[in-house]
Amino acid sequence: MHSRCALLVVFAALGACSLVMGLLAGSVSVPVAQVWSALFGGTTGPVHDIIFAVRLPRVLSAFACGGLLALAGALLQVLLRNPLADPYVLGISGGAGLGLLGASALGFGYAASQAAGLAGALVAVFAVFGLSFRGGEWNLYRLLLTGVVFSSGCGALISLLLTLAPETAVKGMLFWLLGDLSAAGSSNWAWLSLGILACLATLFSGVLNVLSLGRDKAASLGVAVLKSEIGIYVAACAATVTSVGLAGTIGFVGLIVPHVLRLLGVTDYRWLIPCAVLLGGAFLTAADTAARTLWAPLQIPVGVVTALLGVPLVLVLLARRP
Amino acid sequence: MTLSARGLEAGFAHHSVVREVTVDIAPGQCWAVLGNNGSGKTTLLHTLAGIRAPRAGTVTLEERALRELDAAERARRIGLLLQEEPLEFWGSVLEYVGLGRYPHRRARPAPALEDERIAREQLHLVELTAFAGRPLASLSGGERQRARLALVLTQQPVYYLLDEPLQHLDLRHQARLLAHFAKLAAGGAAVVIVLHDPVLARRHCDHALLVFDRGAPLSGAREAVLTAANLERLYGIPVTL
Repeated sequence: MHSRCALLVVFAALGACSLVMGLLAGSVSVPVAQVWSALFGGTTGPVHDIIFAVRLPRVLSAFACGGLLALAGALLQVLLRNPLADPYVLGISGGAGLGLLGASALGFGYAASQAAGLAGALVAVFAVFGLSFRGGEWNLYRLLLTGVVFSSGCGALISLLLTLAPETAVKGMLFWLLGDLSAAGSSNWAWLSLGILACLATLFSGVLNVLSLGRDKAASLGVAVLKSEIGIYVAACAATVTSVGLAGTIGFVGLIVPHVLRLLGVTDYRWLIPCAVLLGGAFLTAADTAARTLWAPLQIPVGVVTALLGVPLVLVLLARRP
Repeated sequence: MTLSARGLEAGFAHHSVVREVTVDIAPGQCWAVLGNNGSGKTTLLHTLAGIRAPRAGTVTLEERALRELDAAERARRIGLLLQEEPLEFWGSVLEYVGLGRYPHRRARPAPALEDERIAREQLHLVELTAFAGRPLASLSGGERQRARLALVLTQQPVYYLLDEPLQHLDLRHQARLLAHFAKLAAGGAAVVIVLHDPVLARRHCDHALLVFDRGAPLSGAREAVLTAANLERLYGIPVTL
């Protein structure tokens, strides 16, 4: 109990550190004092612009995306009872990618392509749900398989688009597919949905614990299983769609953050959910700061960094585990 | 004050497995449920526990239709030990057993310490105290079965529906658990146990329900039901008692 309280505090501190680091790091070096006065002192000038127009929106987007992805991953791992579930396993990224890249290949502008991406994600959410739901019964294996098949179908079409697209467009498409926060706009919506979904998930975390015992056992303990599962599906999809809309498909965060917490001994969802939101946010903010500064002025897709940082970390944790 | 089935038909979307079940399970009684593999004992138990809707007939808990009961209230009255559970539970044995308090926690704000005390008490009873902090996944099959029994005991229901509670258990724990459930029944609980051993059924239970592959089940007091003739009809082999 106390150790988990301490972990929560540690992750909150990590999150705050990652945000501060993100504000400090960049191609123009800005001392702490100037960042502080730009944030709270009301001074104007180039520093103010760098902080408010460039760095602050970016670190806020990164944190919100990371929190949403970790939350979606944790929820889907309960729903599908599968440790390999990640936010994209049910086809949301495939649908979004196909919509967005398809629209831009057809010559639509940025805003229209974004809208098409969102539409593609929503089509995926409803199609996968509709195909796996039959006569008031929900088969979770069918849900998982439908999602995986839908994803690979979209993946094939995306590859086709990439081969057919003009060379100049391919690079932008690859950035989106690998996840990229450089084009992320305002993260107000993402923060709003992160706040609502994280609160709801924490509030219903007792149900998540019981559901992880399996459907029949959960029902015998008084959980309304089908309603809860649909709620989890909707929440996980909302989190994923929001994150994909903001930054493309950033891999690895949603899969790995819940497992890192479990390896650290946090298995109770009442603690795991808030810890996952904080750790996911901190991790992605740090990864994005690394992505835009390590090889500056070259920016690398953040999805590559999350994998490069995450893989060794998880391998070490797995190896330490008896 | 009973868990009652009237003309109950239980099964799946397109077919029934058990028909014409009429039985009254009262606190203080211990019932043995016997039948061949696939005769529908598990389906019947799930329907009596309210996690599967009857295809026909009714299940009532203390004069109220089970389906109209609030799910948490039902779970405070009826505990179900499943024959099989999925293996993916990442938490410790104590966290696992503590989930038995879930239906009670919904009814009142959580005095977490009291819940943990009850869970530890049941862990002590099934001799798993030393394993409380270990991951559930690290337990052997029999130890895991004892943890699952401890979860149902932690639920503290009035009606215990136990689907093959003795599987994987060594002789010592089989004897201890049957004795404990007999004690609970004597103290005012109702216990329903799916068994494959008529000798144990005769020794520990006062009522029996025989689920035949075909035809209506037979239920009643032990002496009337657990006869050599009935058991021969049930299992299709010669039986001497």
